[in-house]
Amino acid sequence: MPISWLLPPHFSPTAQILFWGTLLLYWRGLRAGARPGFGRALSFMLGAVLMYAVAQTRFDYYSQYMFFMHRLQHLGLHHLGPFLLALAQPQAVLAAGLPAAWRARPLPAPLKRAGRWLYLALQNPLVAPLLFVGLIAFWLTPSLHFDAMLNLDLYWLMNWSMALDGLLFWFWAFERGRNGAAPRFGYGVRLLVLVLIAPPQIVIGSRIALSDQELFDVYAVCGRAWPLSPIVDQQIGGLVTWIPAAMMSVLGMLVVLAGLLRHSRNAATRPRYTEIVQ
Amino acid sequence: MRQLKASLAFIAMLLLGLATACSRDEGFHAKSIAGLMPPLEFSLTSDEGNAASAQDTTGKIRLLFFGYTSCPDICPVTLGRLGAVIQGLPEERREQVRVLFVSVDPQRDSVAKLHAYVDYFGDQVIGLRGPEPALRKLAQRYRTTFGYGAPDETGFYEVSHSSGIYVFDGSGAARLLFRSDDPLAAMQDDLRQLLDEAG
Repeated sequence: MPISWLLPPHFSPTAQILFWGTLLLYWRGLRAGARPGFGRALSFMLGAVLMYAVAQTRFDYYSQYMFFMHRLQHLGLHHLGPFLLALAQPQAVLAAGLPAAWRARPLPAPLKRAGRWLYLALQNPLVAPLLFVGLIAFWLTPSLHFDAMLNLDLYWLMNWSMALDGLLFWFWAFERGRNGAAPRFGYGVRLLVLVLIAPPQIVIGSRIALSDQELFDVYAVCGRAWPLSPIVDQQIGGLVTWIPAAMMSVLGMLVVLAGLLRHSRNAATRPRYTEIVQ
Repeated sequence: MRQLKASLAFIAMLLLGLATACSRDEGFHAKSIAGLMPPLEFSLTSDEGNAASAQDTTGKIRLLFFGYTSCPDICPVTLGRLGAVIQGLPEERREQVRVLFVSVDPQRDSVAKLHAYVDYFGDQVIGLRGPEPALRKLAQRYRTTFGYGAPDETGFYEVSHSSGIYVFDGSGAARLLFRSDDPLAAMQDDLRQLLDEAG
């Protein structure tokens, strides 16, 4: 594989800093004594590399000029990459990797409050699934999709919004909370949300895959990366939106169920408050 | 409830920002690309073998189209249709319009071949060619690409390319995007309107 495959068509300094910065923090965290375990470290690496690979290599070129490659890119940015990162729960390792001076200095209170407010506004059981499915539907609206593919700024906005929402969503779904403390949202609610996001994705994906009309003619207008029938391109793209994307819900539910199981097992072995009092 | 309101407000703000980001020209049949695409700029070779740039045709409405002379369908049909659109304009107006046909198949499209090809489609068509890197740069500038299929037993290979026609006004600003199958009357109407603007 020639080295040119590693070069993105559009270099993003922000994405580069985020990717290498996060890797550096994780590595520093491991050196500082954090022990996440092999599985979680592997999941972290796979997730980070996957998100980087679909956004900042030649993959991004193909994503701009092939509908199904674009769908694969979003599968990586919005589903699989953030899923693997959230599965790894790297927060503790990353925090351990921060320079001691930074760790000792807490964020200013207003900034912390604003961050918390924004997070809760976006990531609550009502808005999180709406945002997750809504963004997919939004960017797959043919006229908007057309503009996003014609204008580089809109294209960036599309990919960043997908990546950030993916991270927010899967971290929210898999959040384990502080040691011993209950997670912010109950397991039942999170399972329900994971169930709810599947059907709309199935509808969006199947409608694209089964349509006999060319819905996204921007790829014909802008030229494809290689000669491929528009309808075949659209069918594969629809299938990618439909099947793997919806399957992620099932995988996500397994992860949450495993968390629930562990939680109840811990709760059973831990001496209850009443027992201590007696 | 406060959380919900706050998040709805946030989403509304996002959508509003997006809607204003893609404001469009009113009154044209075709899709406006004003503000979406950069102004016309290239440095290639013309079908007469001379260096060619966007400045050579400043003041004229330019219709940029990517293709190749061995193209079996889209290119000849599109060039023919554009020819018909231009022929439908009053004679003194035709001079104010140029079709820029950029060949993305430099291996097969020599200067002579390109010249013979564009000549067939009328005086308003200028053929442009260049080395692949220059073509890639131009294609990327207009968010388009091209690719080569595998050659068959006779050595013929297909080229995937943009089917859109990028319309630039006299100053070189990107204005409209024609689809190759837009109705002739609609394209003509849009061209008239652009020509009227220039006076």
